[in-house]
Amino acid sequence: MQATTLVYDGSFDGFLSSIFEIYEQRITNPIIIKKSEFQNQLFGEQLNIISNSNHAKRVWDGIKKLLKPNGSKLLYYAFLSEIYGLENTLFKVIKYAFETQKNVISDFGNSHVLSLSKTAKKVSREKHRMEAFVRFQQTKDGIYFANILPDFNVLPLINSHFTKRYADQKWIIYDLKRKYGLFYNLVKTEVITLDLNNNILNEDIFTSEEHHYETLWKDYFKSTNIEERVNNALHVKHVPKRYWKYLSEKHP
Amino acid sequence: MSFDRIREKLNILADAAKYDVSCASSGSNRKNTNKGIGNATGMGICHTYTQDGRCVSLLKILLTNHCIFDCAYCVTRKSNDIKRAAFKVQEVVDLTINFYRRNYIEGLFLSSGIFKNADYTMERLVAVAKKLRLEENFNGYIHLKSIPGASDELMKEAGLYADRLSVNIEIPTKAGLKELAPDKNHEDFIKPMTKVKNEIMQYNSEKKIIKSTPKYAPAGQSTQMIIGASGENDMQIMYTSNYLYNRFDLKRVYYSGYIPVSYDKRLPVIGTEVPVLRENRLYQTDWLLRFYGFDIRELLNPEHPNLDLDIDPKLTWALRNLNQFPINVNTADKMLLARVPGLGMVSVNKIINARRFRKLNWEHLKTIGVKLNRAKYFITCNSKHFEHKDYAASQLKQIIVNSSNSKHKTAFTGQLALFT
Repeated sequence: MQATTLVYDGSFDGFLSSIFEIYEQRITNPIIIKKSEFQNQLFGEQLNIISNSNHAKRVWDGIKKLLKPNGSKLLYYAFLSEIYGLENTLFKVIKYAFETQKNVISDFGNSHVLSLSKTAKKVSREKHRMEAFVRFQQTKDGIYFANILPDFNVLPLINSHFTKRYADQKWIIYDLKRKYGLFYNLVKTEVITLDLNNNILNEDIFTSEEHHYETLWKDYFKSTNIEERVNNALHVKHVPKRYWKYLSEKHP
Repeated sequence: MSFDRIREKLNILADAAKYDVSCASSGSNRKNTNKGIGNATGMGICHTYTQDGRCVSLLKILLTNHCIFDCAYCVTRKSNDIKRAAFKVQEVVDLTINFYRRNYIEGLFLSSGIFKNADYTMERLVAVAKKLRLEENFNGYIHLKSIPGASDELMKEAGLYADRLSVNIEIPTKAGLKELAPDKNHEDFIKPMTKVKNEIMQYNSEKKIIKSTPKYAPAGQSTQMIIGASGENDMQIMYTSNYLYNRFDLKRVYYSGYIPVSYDKRLPVIGTEVPVLRENRLYQTDWLLRFYGFDIRELLNPEHPNLDLDIDPKLTWALRNLNQFPINVNTADKMLLARVPGLGMVSVNKIINARRFRKLNWEHLKTIGVKLNRAKYFITCNSKHFEHKDYAASQLKQIIVNSSNSKHKTAFTGQLALFT
């Protein structure tokens, strides 16, 4: 059977709009793919999807009714993994739910559900790690600034945590990989893009106090360790090496 | 403030505080409602981990390491010749706030050596918490030590600002305490614990009627016992622990393998290995009591006063009660499944969820991520094959021990391998 490739803009709304089209046009063998990952194919039909928030909402409401808030949350988490081709797994789960009219989110005997659940778990772990490992540095204009390079697109997920917690200080968390960030201006948190060249990390932009607190933190990290119990395997399990770049206490 | 002076104090007073193993920042529910700084939610966050693999979630320091007591097991004991220091209240407040703003920590864990007397010390701890809450609008997590012997009034005030309060029992038996900490008496520990427990109970009942009742120690109380300093067996330790959970409604009892810090003849000599494996078995037992529906007498009793080191306590129990197995994973209720060796609560929940859709066989169990290497000897499922071949307990134990890859395995292979 010939496949129909649905090309969408990479947004969650775009993905949901693709699902809408699949049902609207009764497409039997769909492949959903981001525009940025799409290469023209010789065979098969191609359909460019334009994000439509109305269509997206209708699909999302339908999903939420079946998978409940918890299940739909997992689906959104898995989507943010940005893993190549995962859209098709998500579609198969949605289709399975629509067909059976059941909340299938814990039916781990179904390989698509299991795969969704495992991916969501990975994203959730990354979210939690970013909440833990973000380290703010205070700039001279009084903004607490942090760079991140997360494996998955977790900024939308950590927004509310940081907004609730740091309500009385201006802060920016910037995703260098995806080139956008969150800026909290004491009133609300907005999505921003910055023209970052490499000298943003120049030490000059930070207050002189900043260095003191980093030193105190490093000292504290050393003092609180118990030599007699050193267990490096466990240490690295909890703080995998790829995260050390965020952590001032792990810098020499 | 002088940076160098603060730095020196922090080094001394963080080093002295590290023997307190608790670093939990969970279980509270303080919201950031006043546009202030911080919140403390149900789930704690570990902001980093020390080289020994422990979570660092709080700024854990002593207010001072001056102490009038001379407890043999304690590094800050009066007779120990070490550098002493003391923070001013404002210094602790500044450190906490500045660490918190940079997302280093979830909050503060403040303990102290006892200077002058119990109330004088407790007053200062409360002053730090009060200042953080009222002047800095700080809603992050605060864990205060209850100083043994502190007055009821101070304990009542402490709970208004702190999320968690804890008194460390340290020595599991009265006799051991008398031997190692002759200045302290048992009642001094019990008094603040009782007060806090009663306040929490009162808070909970008032809260039902008056919604605006101010919070009182929302993350509850905990305590810590040192393991391997005073010769107690596992049964004595866990029965004490069980008593504390029931009597004082504690959130946690921590077990801290004794790290030799003294040449005192009453204690293990310096250089003695920290009993981390024993500590681990005690925690496993603790979990079995709190989450797996075990009664302490099933696990430890006069016939079996110590836990096996080479296998976990649930497996030990199962081998003593083979007549209760195998268990059918497709029909057994939750708490029965929880008794199967090798099945943790996560696996149990996966099974419960998955079996609503179909009868599970070995393949299903594997794909949903249930670890079967130990469990397979104790369960049946929707398959004709099952492992149980009427092994005797000792045979089964050998099979499981031989097939496992415990990192502690080397400790139990009776002799060293000559050629590796």
